[in-house]
Amino acid sequence: MRLRFTLNGQPVEIETPPDRRVVDLLRQDLGLTGTKEACGAGECGACTVLVDGRSRLSCLMLAAQLEGRRLTTIEGLGDPQNLHPVQRAFVEHGAVQCGFCTPGMVLAAVDLLEQNPAPSREEIRRGLSGNLCRCTGYQKIVDAVQAAAGDDPRGEDAP
Amino acid sequence: MSAQDKDQISPVAQVGVSFTRRDAAAKVCGREAYACDFYAPEMLWAGVKRAGVAHARLRGVDTARARELPGVEAVLTHRDVKGSNRQGVVQKDQPVLVDDKVRHPGDAVALVVARDRQTLARALELVELDLEPLPAVFDLDEALADGAPLIHPEHPGGNLLLKGEVTTGRGAEALESCPVVVQATYHLPWQEHAYLETEAGWARLEEDGSLVVTASTQTPFRDRMEVAESLGLDPARVRIIVPYPGGAFGGKDGITVQSLLGLACLACPGRPVKMWLSREESFLAGAKRHRARLHYRLGADREGRLVAMQARLYYDTGPYDHLGGVVMTLGLEHAGGPYRIPHTEIQSYAVYTNNPVGGAFRGFGVPQVAAAVEQTLDRLAAELGMDPLELRRRNLLRRGDLTPVGTVLDCSVGLGECLEALARHRLWRRREDWKRKAPPHTRRGVGLALALHGVGYGPVVPDVAGAKLELTPEGRILLYAGVVDMGQGNATTYLQMASQELNQPPDALELVLPDTARTLPSGSASASRTTYTFGPALLAAARELAARLRAKAADLFMAPVEEVALLPGRLMHLTSGKEIPLARLAAMLDAAERVVTRRHRAPTSPQRPSSDPWLALHGLPHKVFSFAAQLAAVQVDTLTGRVEVKHFFTACDVGNVLNPQLLEQQVQGAVAQGLGYALWEDFQSEKGELLTPDFATYIIPTALDLPDLETRYVRCYEPSGPLGLKGAGELPIDAPLPAVAAAVAEACGFRPARFPLTPERILAGLSGRPSEDQAS
Repeated sequence: MRLRFTLNGQPVEIETPPDRRVVDLLRQDLGLTGTKEACGAGECGACTVLVDGRSRLSCLMLAAQLEGRRLTTIEGLGDPQNLHPVQRAFVEHGAVQCGFCTPGMVLAAVDLLEQNPAPSREEIRRGLSGNLCRCTGYQKIVDAVQAAAGDDPRGEDAP
Repeated sequence: MSAQDKDQISPVAQVGVSFTRRDAAAKVCGREAYACDFYAPEMLWAGVKRAGVAHARLRGVDTARARELPGVEAVLTHRDVKGSNRQGVVQKDQPVLVDDKVRHPGDAVALVVARDRQTLARALELVELDLEPLPAVFDLDEALADGAPLIHPEHPGGNLLLKGEVTTGRGAEALESCPVVVQATYHLPWQEHAYLETEAGWARLEEDGSLVVTASTQTPFRDRMEVAESLGLDPARVRIIVPYPGGAFGGKDGITVQSLLGLACLACPGRPVKMWLSREESFLAGAKRHRARLHYRLGADREGRLVAMQARLYYDTGPYDHLGGVVMTLGLEHAGGPYRIPHTEIQSYAVYTNNPVGGAFRGFGVPQVAAAVEQTLDRLAAELGMDPLELRRRNLLRRGDLTPVGTVLDCSVGLGECLEALARHRLWRRREDWKRKAPPHTRRGVGLALALHGVGYGPVVPDVAGAKLELTPEGRILLYAGVVDMGQGNATTYLQMASQELNQPPDALELVLPDTARTLPSGSASASRTTYTFGPALLAAARELAARLRAKAADLFMAPVEEVALLPGRLMHLTSGKEIPLARLAAMLDAAERVVTRRHRAPTSPQRPSSDPWLALHGLPHKVFSFAAQLAAVQVDTLTGRVEVKHFFTACDVGNVLNPQLLEQQVQGAVAQGLGYALWEDFQSEKGELLTPDFATYIIPTALDLPDLETRYVRCYEPSGPLGLKGAGELPIDAPLPAVAAAVAEACGFRPARFPLTPERILAGLSGRPSEDQAS
């Protein structure tokens, strides 16, 4: 099918099978490998992208579902010289280790802060509970999201 | 250089201060290219047909239908393997592709190379295996029984891969004279690494016949030898390149896709071939933390002084060695925990079965024994009517003491300080208050556990690293690090160390990641050794480079070298104030002068607690240990059986801390995995059938399952480590399980014997029903 959508702010028009998984479309066809795949079954959140600003799992989406949508991948959020505030907070607060969950985690956090600009640590934990991380124990990720929201990460709920 | 330029130079990265990870910015932007991120239009996909049965003789493989499928480039079997077709570290007992026998369901039997993943999947279905079923063995006792089906009939020990035995003092006999003796048996489950990036890589056979493999691995230099030997290639013609792996934790300590990729490339020269396991395939075929059964007897006098211990440890190593002997040996060494026990008798067994492959996993045999010895101590404390902390205080190891395997502890030991930090913690001091405040239908408990963890390989296998620094003619410094950074951040620590030693801002340094053609052999990213062993080599290289630069500048200034300082971006003659930019000096140097290499071999213990040379080869004993005391405060829902960890505290002695943020990352990540091991992670394989193939059935902790994890480190200095450092990556995973178990025992009034502590097990325990889940 002829697919038209907006990718990281740019209009895109490509020919693709309608049942192509979005994660494959992004990674293999469009070279945007910042979107990761770690389970292929919607269980880990590594492939999270933003569709019309809301976090979605690109391993469970088919290309046809992108028609007319606004898609943001990690590459569209910021670059190393010009980090998005959530990305900067992840870097500064040590929320990145192996980094494989990071793109999905960052995008989930962006969506979370969009919905709830001043979340508590518990709300952050709940909001990110669909994204698995095996390296960090999540604490520094929660710190980072809290900092990105403008809060002192060692505030209220901290021990 | 103008004064303005100097102002723009960022400061030198000081050791001891948190310094932002070099890899973070690229990773957080999705710009870091992992091994699985390679794509090219002409790229082929490789995949394997797995056996699907636990034990069978391979009579044949019918590849004809798969070969005929359009888009299939090659279908390969063991007949296409021109080398030894065997992989492994100590015992080379694992085939690249099954030749004689299938030994577990994840064994690779045929390799298919196809133009895309859809074709690959179809072709794999068309490969037909002719298998003659053999009786399989899944139980440890059955495996060791007379007449058991043999997994490796040629192995002299039958299904016993390796036995280890150490006796000190009067051994188990001393238990007879102990007024108080407790005993228990514990069952620890398999644990799956569940790294987010499954096993992945890509490779190409170049025009000159060399094989270049880019893989997610912890062991590039060992991989090169294994790939070459198994495929019959000249190691000099095999190159392994390692981007940052997306997690590893021991599961990529050794070959995963590398040899298969090589074989595929030999059949499809010139084309890049990629292989990337699915999650289910990774769970099926990847190595696990060894399932284990442990029998303990521990005796003390009435004052709570430990007298004697008998331990029998059984590690289910599955069908292949895969470091299982080494894992078992580290368990043997740590079986008595960080305590003075004058009389011990420890026997440990690594046993072949047709179960999942047991292999390296952060902790490396120690979490199993820590679970057992710590809970046995808690039983003893209860029997003596003694506070469990006090019992530990009376028996913990100090410098110069004999360890439970009878070696003199000859390294920095901050364990006492760790325990006192825990004793002072508000959660420990006010635990009775906290427990009383348990909400309705819940019970609370607070438990503690101690751990020690050996650093490095042990006495025989050389624990060596080679560092290389290159000053470019433009004045930049390349840091060649042959040790993989799979997420621990050791590459950043290297930058920090070199930055300080060379007095240059970190942005002046560039990392060259592990690559057998560019970096020097530096061993595996394992054994809590990455910075401990590489660090001294790097510091020595940096000192030599700094000395060389100062000497060269001194010649130019026509001054003695003592008057010359290496400053950020420049060298200065301190007496006259004359300066020369580093870049100008660099341009004057010969290429050979701009490169410094240094090698370091970590010191080892000269002691031999066992006369068995195999145990020394497998790593017994260690010279240097890190230490920790950990506390868990849990709340148990008596209606649902759910255990919630409300607080967790770690105090550790890992020597001098070079980067506090990186240490916290290591501790928090390890504790999270340790809590998963204690409470949720229940990898199940039933007679060859994988019951937990995905994240819906194998539950790793989410952000909601964990509390904030509190970390404190005591200030110790280990003279044998770089800048006083000891290893930290594994230690904090050792004791979360026993700390949680102690807290659960206190809350619920029963002592569990099987793990993880699922709601079913908790409810059974609370109901007081006699259950195999409870330790006798």
